[in-house]
Amino acid sequence: MPTYVNPDKCDGCKAQDRPACMYICPNDLMTLDKSLGKSWNQEPDLCWECYACVKTCPQGAIAMRGYGDVVPLGASLTPLRGTDSIMWTVKYRDGQMKRFKFPIRTTPWGSIEPHQGLPDPSVDGAKEPGLCGEAKYLGVPALPALARS
Amino acid sequence: MDQPEVEVVECDVLICGGGMAGCGAAYESAYWARAKGLRVVLVEKAAVERSGAVAMGLSAINCYMGMKFGENQPEDFVRYVRQDLMGLSREDLVYDIARNVDSTVHMFEEWGLPIFRTPEGKYKREGRWQIMIHGESYKPIVAEAAKKAIGEQNIYERVFMSHVLLDKSDPGKVAGAVGFSVRDNKIYVFRAKAIISAAGGATMVFRPHSVGEGLGRIWYAPWNTGSAYKLAITAGAEMTQMEHRLVVARFKDGYGPVGMWFLLFKAVLKNAYGELVEQKWADLLKDWMPYGGGTPIPTPLRNHQMIRDHLAGAGPHFLRTDEALQKMFADVNNDPRKVREIESDAWEDFLDMTMSQALVWASENIDPAKTPSEVVLTEPYLMGSHASGTGAWVSGPGDIAPRDYFWGYNRMTTVRGLFAAGDGVGGSAHKFSSGSYTEGRLAGKAAVAYVNDNGGPASIDQDRLEAIKQELFRPLEVYEESRASVTRGEVNPAALSPKQSLLRLQKIMDEYVAGQGSGYITNGPTLKRGLELLKMFREDLPRMAARDRHDLLRSWEVWDRLYCAEAHARHMLFREETRWPGYYYRGDFPGLDEANWKCFTTSRYDAATGEWTLSKKPYVPLIP
Repeated sequence: MPTYVNPDKCDGCKAQDRPACMYICPNDLMTLDKSLGKSWNQEPDLCWECYACVKTCPQGAIAMRGYGDVVPLGASLTPLRGTDSIMWTVKYRDGQMKRFKFPIRTTPWGSIEPHQGLPDPSVDGAKEPGLCGEAKYLGVPALPALARS
Repeated sequence: MDQPEVEVVECDVLICGGGMAGCGAAYESAYWARAKGLRVVLVEKAAVERSGAVAMGLSAINCYMGMKFGENQPEDFVRYVRQDLMGLSREDLVYDIARNVDSTVHMFEEWGLPIFRTPEGKYKREGRWQIMIHGESYKPIVAEAAKKAIGEQNIYERVFMSHVLLDKSDPGKVAGAVGFSVRDNKIYVFRAKAIISAAGGATMVFRPHSVGEGLGRIWYAPWNTGSAYKLAITAGAEMTQMEHRLVVARFKDGYGPVGMWFLLFKAVLKNAYGELVEQKWADLLKDWMPYGGGTPIPTPLRNHQMIRDHLAGAGPHFLRTDEALQKMFADVNNDPRKVREIESDAWEDFLDMTMSQALVWASENIDPAKTPSEVVLTEPYLMGSHASGTGAWVSGPGDIAPRDYFWGYNRMTTVRGLFAAGDGVGGSAHKFSSGSYTEGRLAGKAAVAYVNDNGGPASIDQDRLEAIKQELFRPLEVYEESRASVTRGEVNPAALSPKQSLLRLQKIMDEYVAGQGSGYITNGPTLKRGLELLKMFREDLPRMAARDRHDLLRSWEVWDRLYCAEAHARHMLFREETRWPGYYYRGDFPGLDEANWKCFTTSRYDAATGEWTLSKKPYVPLIP
């Protein structure tokens, strides 16, 4: 399947119009069942198992079951995503467990200031080769070039 | 059905697609747009935070020169790409990405993307061009920068772009584009002076290995439906190398990446009898000179060796993760802390970008240090960012492009004001995430320059717009009209579901256009038969029926894929040689033909007549 939703945990994001999983799903799969007030995966055979909904669900209500036509049953893979790292718990079919933790970001969320410290752009500059801020970011003194043939 | 609301949005630069290329275009065009106060708008069919091919994350940046560390120069990269593409690449485009890409990567790091470092302070290399990242949040970070650069108010999410509008009085030029809301009963008309088609390559044009619940577990993102190509094709832009598909070797069933295992962990591919595939079939390379004699061995030739070994009955093929890890553990004297670090890196490669493969390992009780894992070849994909080059034929950069490859603005297609980037640009390759972002930046900057020079108003053909509006929601009407034809169920003489349409397309492509199920082989007569079936498929598609807005999205995605499929089949029929064995074989032209086909193929679709015109374009080498 891919994703399935635990009815005991899902609260439909408190009956808002757009639950978090519905907002984030890249393939428009997660949607709200209005009569239940809970979300579900409306087209599991087009689920990529990208885990975007699993990571974002505030209730931890969404999990993954390996594709029924491909994967033996019994294993699970569960993320817990914080602001600067993610923890993965891998449970094998035979019960073996593994845990991994990886950093995801070195700066606070929302801290990016695009174009900060770059000179003001000019109309003529837009026709030059190269990209904005390369004096700061390219790492070499000049943009490489070839003789035009 | 209630009449949809129509919102008209005025902008100068319109970016279709909010993946890596689209976010790069937003970041760069926002900067240059400030000089004249131009408005930049980005449209995405999902949420930019997790959209495009990098939605899930990545474990490596596969295009980085390292010029500041003295590692590689852009010329080196051009030679590498040319070799991997069996001689044919737009060297001006490849060079242009290579000389700029380092600045993109350095910016990503400043924004907060964690990149592995060596004790000397360099980026940790996975291979010559690849660096390792902790990339779970790669896309959210890049999305944050794009949103801040152009402003949240200029981002339209859950809007699917379907048509480019041409100028009524000058049809060689864009006037805007149309899309519909995936959530509401609403149509958007964007009036724009420049448009950037950055809406992704095409998956699921071919039948994948799994066709049940696992249909969506393919290698590239299933939401990449080829919008970048369809928008350009239907606008009348010339396309190039649309036959140059991608087939890659990946871990079986989860389609997990193999790059780190090959390049960093030095794992090898062996068949069931312990034979090294590359060694056993080394002689095959001699048939594909000069490329067969170069290094590294081009991706299609490595596939070719694997296919031959499979046909010799020597499968399954295993990547010997067990041997590689045991050697690495021995090299660190089995120090538990270091063993743990190696194991963690191995798992992170999947957990950052292909969690399904980790789930397959856990489900099949595979410990990679003890058990090798099966590797198979994927079904074909159409993309311009990996080891293949489908996409639009675009102008190169003014300072280095040869005369034949330059018409005023970098990355502009043959339709004035229509630009392309990422998977959308053909004839170059190996851009991956960082190169696609960089190409988006190049296109974004050039689009601003174009608007600065050509700021006049464009006129929209109101009759054409009206016809598109009718067409857009037609699948919802078909559903309503056809319901009375049957008591219950999906079988309906007057309607086709988007899912059945998709499966029909995949069947035709797999069986006639050299899909994985046909051993990647076709010939002229088979392709012609496939085109006949595609024609009938196309005639039936107006009967696609959408139960709801989700189905409506799926219906338009089928149209995307149909245009990609047709372009692909026609280009394959046109190129009378086998240039990329292991990607596909023309059984009637089984060899490489350097004398006649060391050139680019291009096509142009005439939307008025439905005719395709194919031609050749010269290959111009720039780097010795």
